[in-house]
Amino acid sequence: MTTTAATDLIFGLTRVVGLPAVSEKAGAPLSAEDIAQIVTEADRFCTEVLQPNALAADRAGAVYANGVVTTPPTYPAAYAKWVEGGWQSLSAPAEYGGQGLPHSLWTAMTELGMAADTSFMLGPMLTAGAIDCLMHYATPDQAARWLPRMVSGEWTGAMCLTEPNAGSDLGVLRTRAEPLPNGKYALHGQKIFITWGEHDCTDNIVYLVLARLPDAPPGSRGISLFVATKVKEDGSRNDLRCGGIEHKLGIHGSPTCVMLFEGAEAEMVGEPNRGLNAMFAMMNNARLGVGTEGVAHGAAALRLAEAYAAQRVQSGRVIAEHPDVARMLMEMRAVTLASRLLALETAICVDRHAAGDTGAQARQALLTPILKAWCTDRGVETASTGVQVHGGMGFIEETGAARILRDARIAPIYEGTNGIQAIDLLVRKVAKDGGAEMRALIEEVKRTPDARLRAAADTLAAATATVIAAQARDADAGQSVAVAYLEAAGWVLGGWMLARAAAEDPAAYGPPADFYLRRLLPRAAGRVAEIEGALAA
Amino acid sequence: MKVLVPVKRVVDYNVKVRVKADGTGVETANVKMSMNPFDEIAVEEAVRLKEKGVATEIVAISAGPSAAQEQIRTALAMGADRGILVEHDGTLEPLAVAKILKAIVDKEGPALVILGKQAIDDDMNATGQMLAALLGWGQGTFASKVEKDGDNLKVTREVDGGLETVSLKLPAIVTTDLRLNEPRYASLPNIMKARKKPIETVKPGDLGVDVTPRLTVLKVEEPAKRQAGKKVGSVQELVEKLRTEAKVI
Ligand SMILES: Cc1cc2nc3c(=O)[nH]c(=O)nc-3n(C[C@H](O)[C@H](O)[C@H](O)COP(=O)(O)OP(=O)(O)OC[C@H]3O[C@@H](n4cnc5c(N)ncnc54)[C@H](O)[C@@H]3O)c2cc1C
Ligand SMILES: Cc1cc2nc3c(=O)[nH]c(=O)nc-3n(C[C@H](O)[C@H](O)[C@H](O)COP(=O)(O)OP(=O)(O)OC[C@H]3O[C@@H](n4cnc5c(N)ncnc54)[C@H](O)[C@@H]3O)c2cc1C
Repeated sequence: MTTTAATDLIFGLTRVVGLPAVSEKAGAPLSAEDIAQIVTEADRFCTEVLQPNALAADRAGAVYANGVVTTPPTYPAAYAKWVEGGWQSLSAPAEYGGQGLPHSLWTAMTELGMAADTSFMLGPMLTAGAIDCLMHYATPDQAARWLPRMVSGEWTGAMCLTEPNAGSDLGVLRTRAEPLPNGKYALHGQKIFITWGEHDCTDNIVYLVLARLPDAPPGSRGISLFVATKVKEDGSRNDLRCGGIEHKLGIHGSPTCVMLFEGAEAEMVGEPNRGLNAMFAMMNNARLGVGTEGVAHGAAALRLAEAYAAQRVQSGRVIAEHPDVARMLMEMRAVTLASRLLALETAICVDRHAAGDTGAQARQALLTPILKAWCTDRGVETASTGVQVHGGMGFIEETGAARILRDARIAPIYEGTNGIQAIDLLVRKVAKDGGAEMRALIEEVKRTPDARLRAAADTLAAATATVIAAQARDADAGQSVAVAYLEAAGWVLGGWMLARAAAEDPAAYGPPADFYLRRLLPRAAGRVAEIEGALAA
Repeated sequence: MKVLVPVKRVVDYNVKVRVKADGTGVETANVKMSMNPFDEIAVEEAVRLKEKGVATEIVAISAGPSAAQEQIRTALAMGADRGILVEHDGTLEPLAVAKILKAIVDKEGPALVILGKQAIDDDMNATGQMLAALLGWGQGTFASKVEKDGDNLKVTREVDGGLETVSLKLPAIVTTDLRLNEPRYASLPNIMKARKKPIETVKPGDLGVDVTPRLTVLKVEEPAKRQAGKKVGSVQELVEKLRTEAKVI
């Protein structure tokens, strides 16, 4: 059955962010029917193949023994179906066997997969990120050797950035790349927290590794990007291995690996010492993906909570009819819908950019940290509310509500912590251009007929001036209110997306929009008041 | 050989069906609609016959509203070659559908028509049999296995007593049962390829078929609510109640 999520995604893509027109401009027109069919079939795959096993997969978890990583028992077969369905190829370019579909459709796929089983979908998501990076930086020869099998899903990709001493600050990473006589490099070092770094779903894995050349300058300007494969072209095993996997709060099915590079043969991708730039170039898309995870956790929590509340009776009626439970369900619905549409709005910027729209890239850059942080924090909150709707059963693992809450908790941390996102928004996006792009966005928001939303946009505009001034005066003072500022922006933009949806289809989207504008939008002004209070101290 | 596969647009099997307040039918407004699951099995079987080199062309047909194109597109994405939509907004009874299909069979000349044994909305279990009668063809209903056997088709049927195997002279009618196969998911590349496959739209009148309903629905109601169970204190009491209240022994 098409889920509410799929219905919303089809509506959002078609009627809120205007994918049919954007795709036409890009020269590969998609009709409303095309979009509906692709999303419907993707939803079907996710709800029928992935979701039914997600709870059991969480309980089984990924297992490490004698250097071998085993994913939950259902994963290899599900992964084979993923490959058979060709879903990995969705937005990859046709020259490598991809379908060349818009990034906003991949965002829809990401949400549906993440909502069904986050641990599973992380594999395909990391692969998509690796494909994205290699498409831009690999030579044609490298691309021809790696990309077709990544696009088909026969090989997965893993991103090897983090080291024990280098997390938010990658500039201090230590993994070394020694030049070899054959023009390749030998990698030496330890990477940690590597998602799907080792697994039993494919025969080969492509590692994108950040490392230093022997003569590299210190800091972030001395980092280069390398690719090593688990199995080398001659069929032999490369000198890299998984040293163990982490025991975690959530995403138990996703192996989070310590990866040991012990002279692994690798090729450089892109220019020497420009590795971080290569990573940053694709970071926006990766962050968009993780922001979408937040949407998915809200959606998954809502799906369970609605079903439970419709059949649990207390005090003479199903709890869904108790005003406070109805309030929780509507809050979950409104916030999830707002974040879903915000993810599509961000993703369509990628497609608009590809179609030649010159302003789209700056807009995506501005929206990305907001999306990543706001949606993932909302994902955690919504998952927590979902537990609450279940009462005591929410705390018990068998309902699955607890799993969603545990899985949701990682999204505000990886792919740049939400604190780092807020600083990125304030320093690199807003302060850098004197607030110009943010003001342009606020002007768009203010074109809405809703007076509450216009007022909130004005408040955000004033806060923008305040934080820019604070940042200029004292960088630490600015950073101390960065999260409050990002949150204020998120609540305003969420309201904007809902108002646009309600204008397109008042019957279906009017109620959540109205609830949001009455009860949730005031949180924006609350965050702005917090900024003023903090800076007055 | 050419194979026709009719596919019906029905309320999705996951939807909790609600009766309309006025008792004239079930609620279909804003309800998720899908291809009848037995028809998915029919499409899958046709595609497998094509993959085995037995079938050469698969034509998916749907009679229903213009939105039934969605179900034809699904069939095309699963592997059908082209589609025919017989557009009609009102009620279509099995006999009307059988007549529509007969008209298309007369035009297309297939060797085989594979239908679902029934549709999950009205559970009629009639269209395939009526079509066979109108055409004067052999029929293998409730099929759990279909094999080409020389010039014939060997069909294993799920009957009350077990399995019955019949040999049909072609052209023939087959209706699918649940265990015939497990339908595939449409792959993304096939969804994209299917966009280029043609769908022809005709009206029942173009086929010379009068689809006016012959039955009048008096009312549609929800099944009776399940009664709460009763606890019994002993085996004696149970037997007593089975005898006097339930009257089953
Ligand atoms: C399950 C899981 C999967 C992961 N998958 C991958 C993967 O596939 N590949 C990969 O390379 N990495 C991966 N990571 C690593 C992840 O990206 C890092 O954990 C994340 O970037 C944070 O780095 P850290 O853990 O070192 O925390 P730290 O950087 O130590 O941060 C700790 C706290 O300090 C704050 N902080 C740090 N620096 C600053 C600053 N300058 N200003 C303000 N606040 C600051 C942070 O916001 C955070 O709250 C994964 C991690 C986990 C847990
Ligand atoms: C780990 C754990 C330990 C526990 N320990 C004990 C113990 O030692 N002893 C004991 O007796 N119990 C214990 N409990 C039970 C616990 O007190 C109940 O789970 C709790 O009171 C909620 O009841 P419930 O689970 O039936 O949820 P429900 O009552 O079904 O509530 C579900 C949701 O509906 C809402 N709701 C219900 N009725 C209304 C209403 N009238 N108006 C508005 N909203 C409503 C609730 O707020 C909640 O969000 C424990 C539970 C857990 C999970």
